[in-house]
Amino acid sequence: MTVGLVTVVTFLPAAGAVAVALLPRHRADRLKGVGLAVALLTFAASLPLWFGFDPALPGIQFEELARWMPTLGAGYHVGVDGISLLLVLLTTFLTPIALASAWHAIEDRTKEFVITMLLLETGMLGVFVALDLFLFFVFWEAMLIPMYFVIGVWGGANRVYAAVKFVLYTMVGSALMLVAILALYVQHGAATGAYTFDLPTIARWVIPAGPGQTLMFLAFALAFAIKVPLFPFHTWLPDAHVEAPTAGSVILAGVLLKMGTYGFLRFCLPLFPEASLAFAPLVFALAVIGILYGAWVSTVQPDLKKLVAYSSVAHLGFVMLGLFTLTTQGLVGGLIQMVNHGLSTGALFLMVGMIYERRHTRLIADFGGLWAVIPAFSALFLVVVLSSLALPGLNGFVGEFLVLLGAFQVSRPLAVLATSGIIFAAVYLLWMYQRVIFGPLRHEANRRLADLTPREWAVLVPVLVFIVWIGVSPSTFTRRTEASIAALLAQVESKARVALVR
Amino acid sequence: MTGEIVVPVVGLSALLPALVVVGAGGLVLLLDLLPPRASKAHLGTVALAGLVAALLVTVSRWGTDDRAFRDMVLLDNYALFFDVVICYAAALVVMLSMDYVGREGGESGEYYALVLFSTTGMLLLASAGDLIVVFLALELMSLSLYVLAGFFKTRLVSGEASMKYFLLGAFASSFLLYGIAMLYGATGSTNLDRIAGSPAARDGDPLYLVGLALLLVGFGFKISTVPFHMWAPDVYEGAPTSVTALIATGSKAAAFAALIRVLVVALRGLQPDWTALLWSLAVVTMTLGNLAALAQSNLKRMLAYSSIAHVGYMLVGLVAGGASGAGAVLFYLLAYTFTTIGAFGVLALCQRAGEEAVEVSEYAGLARRNPVLAATLALFLLSLIGIPPLAGFVAKFYLFGAAVRGGHVWLAVIAVLNSAVAAYYYLRVLVYMYMREPEAGGAGYVPSFAGGLALAIALIGVVALGVMPAPFADLAQGAVTPLLR
Repeated sequence: MTVGLVTVVTFLPAAGAVAVALLPRHRADRLKGVGLAVALLTFAASLPLWFGFDPALPGIQFEELARWMPTLGAGYHVGVDGISLLLVLLTTFLTPIALASAWHAIEDRTKEFVITMLLLETGMLGVFVALDLFLFFVFWEAMLIPMYFVIGVWGGANRVYAAVKFVLYTMVGSALMLVAILALYVQHGAATGAYTFDLPTIARWVIPAGPGQTLMFLAFALAFAIKVPLFPFHTWLPDAHVEAPTAGSVILAGVLLKMGTYGFLRFCLPLFPEASLAFAPLVFALAVIGILYGAWVSTVQPDLKKLVAYSSVAHLGFVMLGLFTLTTQGLVGGLIQMVNHGLSTGALFLMVGMIYERRHTRLIADFGGLWAVIPAFSALFLVVVLSSLALPGLNGFVGEFLVLLGAFQVSRPLAVLATSGIIFAAVYLLWMYQRVIFGPLRHEANRRLADLTPREWAVLVPVLVFIVWIGVSPSTFTRRTEASIAALLAQVESKARVALVR
Repeated sequence: MTGEIVVPVVGLSALLPALVVVGAGGLVLLLDLLPPRASKAHLGTVALAGLVAALLVTVSRWGTDDRAFRDMVLLDNYALFFDVVICYAAALVVMLSMDYVGREGGESGEYYALVLFSTTGMLLLASAGDLIVVFLALELMSLSLYVLAGFFKTRLVSGEASMKYFLLGAFASSFLLYGIAMLYGATGSTNLDRIAGSPAARDGDPLYLVGLALLLVGFGFKISTVPFHMWAPDVYEGAPTSVTALIATGSKAAAFAALIRVLVVALRGLQPDWTALLWSLAVVTMTLGNLAALAQSNLKRMLAYSSIAHVGYMLVGLVAGGASGAGAVLFYLLAYTFTTIGAFGVLALCQRAGEEAVEVSEYAGLARRNPVLAATLALFLLSLIGIPPLAGFVAKFYLFGAAVRGGHVWLAVIAVLNSAVAAYYYLRVLVYMYMREPEAGGAGYVPSFAGGLALAIALIGVVALGVMPAPFADLAQGAVTPLLR
């Protein structure tokens, strides 16, 4: 078996983690340097996936298939299609940024931090490239532990509570998904004679409608809904975000939450089309509740990080809304909105982290009048805030517009409610911006704040480039997803029709 | 009439692994009498050599099907698989003991000899084709372990552990013996195959059913299923940690070996009955084990309750039945043995102010004092939770997969939810090690070459079984085929 590009990209961070483990621990800067170099190298290695990807083909590209556990029917099957490609690149793009943002923030046990972050990257990439249910579950569970350490070791005051809550929430969800995976495996094997965990093989099979499919859908959906998080499974998120270090928050918001929405797209829709259709109104309603609830709760948060955390609930509500419209616009919009949220919210967390490093407080009331002191920070912060509230010309607008376009075709009242979420987003974000940046300088400590350092510029500018790029020229990014999305929708429709004929 | 005495031809080859180990035990006792008197470390090496030799013998006989004493002792692939597990466990325990027992003040020839004798009992238990051999082997194993549990003669807890283990163990043995008597009364035989073929087995003779129930009670004590688990936490806590590791792994594996053979071979006619019984035993055992483990602050007690919960998971495999169920249990035992020995091994190598460190609070900040040791313990605990890509995950996957395949979806659901609950108490240890600041005079590593090597072997096993499980799973699957003919 030859080692393919996808394997290289996935396991390069893990190899880097091993290399870092062998380095002596006393030279923290070198450890960080090696970690960052590995992450950048991984990003460089993932670029050929982007440029070599043929947007006209709907199927899996860069596919690799190797025997792993033949008696069980589990293989090493990886590859990317238009759905996972963007998320793989988002992961390889955000990880070096997160590592660079932690350059001064993480002084304690640097070696372990770098190792953990690199292992986390391999876990996340594995989730997005796995095309075998067993392999997918391995990455899905394995990635929990590094995140647990990132929150629990390098987090804030209440970090242990947040870390344990994060793991237990996710584990209960994925435990039931494990049973559903096994049930799917057994049913598929009994029906076709081929006992396999291979996703494309199982996806070709039409699962008989009925309570079995409903239960399996619910088990998968619960695991993903907790991860997204879909209202009312979101309660772990504010704790995890507030306690996590900046780098952890960036990865958590930027990539981890996407694993939930990606799961819906990759597994729930194609495997359980009838159940997905049957539960679509419920998911729809929960998504809209999440949009409004997240926005309202954000409005009253005194803590910047908590505000951004609850805004994630609202943003992910838009993604879920888009996916369950089951229209091309909705799905493409949902997918691009995943990337947007990763960039915008990631950037928000980065900037909140930067200001926290200077002032050691995140309370909105402790700031005000920053424009006069740190104009560069304030200007960039404005761009990020505007992108998060979906100003046309920036990335957020593209995703939310497409999602709402899809939603209007399905349910007008709900779409109207969801649209009001955009207004509420403007309320909480602009009000927050006003209180932090404008107004009189009330606190003496703020007078001495330093503006962005070159390292911080280097961290933020790449994100801002993409925020503008996606906003101005979205087709560069959506072009590569459309064929896969269309194929996915066709698959869902044909399966639903087959079931109807029966 | 010729005056000659006809010596029956006894093929001892079926006993070879057990003979090697018992021979090593005798040698240890003999060497114990010779100088040097001051240090007994060399006896550990002899014991280890004996176990490695037994391991090599076992591996070399793979694929052969040996019988002796009118099918009382069977050395088929099934027995050989367990022999490998048991020899591995015993060898790792001996390596861990080398410095530990000496340090805690009690190293002597008897210690290693008793470990070897109990190992002999375990090996015989795995090969037992007759209920009499089951009983004899169980007693050989148990009596040695009773003594080993109380080996730290000056410690009250050690004596208490030994006494409790002995009393409850003897009680369990009498149940077992009574059950054997009932089965003999019902079928006229103690041979597993002949019991299965007897008319009573087909008719569901009440005597036969009572025999089955008593037998399950006896085995329930040995593998510590709820409600026969009461001895486990006290014994695990009081016994020397190395002995605890042996009780938790080797003796459990051996008792499971006999239990599976008895159920699948002798009592296959009653499968619906014992499946229903084991279903509830499995649920109660894993749930109570996990809930009780949540409340423990002593790591040895926590691991005791956790091992009770793991027995519950293994019973899930037995309920699932068939080749996939039994094979999954065998694989689980292999993974569990590596992991559990490793976890107890770390405890054996840690001490605080000259005392064994067993309270979870003593491990606060271990990751700062000794990152490698903390990471090692963390990996063992993560494997016990069932986090991929470690042995515990794949083992659970096989087990629950077999349950779903056998149509026991709800049992699988209960089991996975239990695993999620269990994550909490394992993670608490990680919280202490990684997320709490070290206390003054917390637990520290006591350097030990043999012990460190044992941990390394266990760790390699845990990772290898997790990343490349296929060959081992195939071996486990192949091992159960002799039973299911």
